[in-house]
Parts: sequence; C-alpha cells; structure tokens
Amino acid sequence: MAELPTWKEMNHACIVFEPGNSVQYLTGDWRSMRPERNEDKCVKCGECWMYCPDCAIYIDDRGFYVVDYDYCKGCGICAAECPHDAIVMVEECE
Amino acid sequence: MARRMGIEVSIGCSEAVTLADVDVIAAYPITPQTHIVEHLSEQVADGHLDCEYIKVESEQSAMSCCMGASAAGARTFTATASQGLALMSEMLYIASGLRLPIVMALVTRTMSAPLTIWGDQSDIMSIRDCGWIVAFAENGQEVFDMTLQAFRIAEDERVLNPMIVCLDGFHLSHVIEPIEILDREEVDPFLPAYKPKYRLDPHEVLSMGCFTMPEYFSEIKKQQDEALKGSYPVILEVWKEWEERFGRSYNPINLYRAEDAETVIVIAGAFSGTARLAVDRMREKGMKVGLASLKLWRPFPLEDILRELGGADVVVVVDRALSVGGAGGPIATELRAAFYSRQRRPAIVSFVAGLSGRDIMADQFEEIVEKASRYAKEGDIPYYEMYGVRE
Repeated sequence: MAELPTWKEMNHACIVFEPGNSVQYLTGDWRSMRPERNEDKCVKCGECWMYCPDCAIYIDDRGFYVVDYDYCKGCGICAAECPHDAIVMVEECE
Repeated sequence: MARRMGIEVSIGCSEAVTLADVDVIAAYPITPQTHIVEHLSEQVADGHLDCEYIKVESEQSAMSCCMGASAAGARTFTATASQGLALMSEMLYIASGLRLPIVMALVTRTMSAPLTIWGDQSDIMSIRDCGWIVAFAENGQEVFDMTLQAFRIAEDERVLNPMIVCLDGFHLSHVIEPIEILDREEVDPFLPAYKPKYRLDPHEVLSMGCFTMPEYFSEIKKQQDEALKGSYPVILEVWKEWEERFGRSYNPINLYRAEDAETVIVIAGAFSGTARLAVDRMREKGMKVGLASLKLWRPFPLEDILRELGGADVVVVVDRALSVGGAGGPIATELRAAFYSRQRRPAIVSFVAGLSGRDIMADQFEEIVEKASRYAKEGDIPYYEMYGVRE
C-alpha cells in the first residue's frame, strides 16, 4: 500500500483538482450481499436499471441489464423491485 | 479624506462593508443585527454598492449562499446574532473546513430561552470550536476598523479562513458614536480586490467539500488547525499596517494600566470601557489594578496572555456567558488551561456577569475585583460565581 500523505502534503482544504475522479473509487467493495441475475427469467424490462440508486446497472450488447460489481453496494433494491423475480441476493464470500 | 461623524455603530459597520466593495451579501435580519443588513440593502438599492444582495429565508440559507459565493471567488459578507448564529452553526464548520474567507459581523446576543433580545456573549461562545477567526470590537471605531481588517486577514493567501467580528448587541450596535469613516481612496490600497487562489470555475474545474475517509480526516483537521494558528502573525501584520496607515493600533489583548498591576480584569467587548473607568477609580485609591481587553479569541493569543498576565497575582475574568454546569466562564476556563502547566501562575477568578443586557457598572467592577482579591487571599476560589444574582 502506498504511503499516505502527511497533513502538509494534502491538498489545501481537501480540494480535488481532478474532476470526476470518483469513478476511481470502487464502492463495490462495501457490498455484503450480491445481486445475481437469472437470464432465463429476465424480460429486459429495465426496472432494476431505473431503481438502482447508484447507476450501477448497465445494458449489455444483447440488451440485458447487467450489474456493475465495481460500484454495486448490494442494497438489494433491484432484487426487491424486479417484477419477475429474476434477481436474487446472495451472500458475498471470499 | 476620512470624515469623523456621529453615526450609529451598526451603520458604521455597513459603511465599512460598502467600502470593502463586497460582491455578495446574503443575510437574514435578526435583532440586534438588523440595522447592519438593512442599511446594506439600502446601499445596494441606492446604487452605492454594486453587489448581489441575496434575500434568504433563514440564516442556514444565508451562510449556505455565502459559502457558494465565496467558493466562486466573490468577496462575501453576512451578519447575524444569537439564534440566527445557532441556525447557521451547521454551515459555519463547513465554511471554515472549506477555508472560505467569508466575513461576518456577529452582533452578540443572548441565546434564548427565556426569550430575550438583549446582549451577551453566549452566542459566540456556543460556536467556540467552529474554526473561524474571532475578534471582539469594543467601540464603534473598532467595529468599523475591524470589519475592513477582517476582509484583508481572511482573504490573505496565507490565511484563507472565515472571520467573525463581534460587536455587543445594543451596547454597541444601537449607540451613536463618533467614528472616523475612511474614504475609498484610503481603503482601496489597504484592501485591493479579492483575487481568489482557489475558486469554482467551469473552465478550470475543481471540487470542494468532497467526502473524506478516516485515514485522511485527521490530517486535514491538522492542516486547518495549523492554518488558524498561522493566521496569528498575519493578523499582527495587518494590524501593524493599519496603524501605519490610519494611526490606530490593535493588539490581541489591549492592556490598560496593567504594567505593574497586581490584579488584572479580563473582559471582551464593549464592557471594557466601563472596566477602564473602574480601573481609574481603583488606581486613585492606590490599588494596583489593570485591564486586559481580549480582542482576539481565535486564534487564542496564548503567548500574549502568558506574557502579559503571568506577572499578576490575581486575574479576574468577567465572562458575559455562562457555561451551564461547567467549570467556569468560557474565557476563564481557557485562561486557567493556558496557565495550568506554568510554575508561576496568577489566581484566576471567574465571574459570570452582564448576561442578557444587564449592565455592569463601574462600582460593580470594583466589587468584583474586591471579591476576587478576597477569594484569592483566603485561598478559596470558586470555580465561578454568577455575579449580582438575587439570592
């Protein structure tokens, strides 16, 4: 792990000079439960995509809604909202 | 040329803000601060001040607007009092954490309840740790001067920190005093236009106020603490320049007949004037009493206090704020902490007086000093005493 900056080395008042760098922060590692999609049940309605509070669902080449595990925090809203029970939450393991 | 005129101190404050040529004012009226912002709104309406005056629905919004304006690089001013300060307290910590050089006039007023509009210093003491530079004015001229100085101090690249100038509600804000109002030709060289080092700009994008994880937070707070303490030499430098330009001197603690004093009264704000009168009377009686009027509260002028008060036998602190259930008045507690590790330290006697507009007359200061001397002599010093309360 890289050395953390000292108080003198940190930017003035924590200003971030690099716009949009939050994409580098992979919030997916907060997750304890992982949404898993069953493609057989999915009808591509896109409700999971609409409800996801973290915009962590994208549409793949085939038109399926796919979870981006780099940013999905595992809140479970997609699983709760899916009208076809195509998403289930499973425990994250090592 | 400067004009010396009889003017309400609140209006004097507004005149200073007008001369500072502020870009944005966002304020909500509250007694006894109202005259300051009312007059500023007139200045803008009458075309004397080219400024965005944002009328807001609360003090929380006032400070939020000020933060946005200051972050965008505007010279920014607001004013409030008491409950209004409490309502903006959430934003005060953010303004200092983001190091935005906002200037605020705080017309010190009691925190309710019981409901009161009168003055004391319980409002400013309630936000002691909010990270702003805090100075106390004790007369109208100081209000005018310190308001202008505040912009220069806050905006200095070595400081970049918001600043509060306290003036006592009613005892200062609503009285008419002779004030020397400088003109623009005199003010402009002292206070050139604000050139922000960091600002929100769509062409040079940066982010302020980002989320911080525990492994960074303490370092940022250390940086802020060092910056606030580091403002001290800049404040002295600005005060020195002020004296050279305009002939009026400012010090972190303003001493009066204190050189050989065995007993020194410590107080902040307008009541210093009455304390001075009491000192003169006691000196006439042959008592070695002096006064230290506290001008700078944050950064706390530790070295000045240890140097100037360390030789006294008794330091009598008169706090116009009650730390309910605490170990003493806020200023007294701080002085005790400053002296605790010193070999030679004065007896520090804490009185809480002058709450919610109640006067402390000169003979009452004399009685306070007499009581303090007795407690110190008997070696039985209470943590604090509420002076003049009917039993």
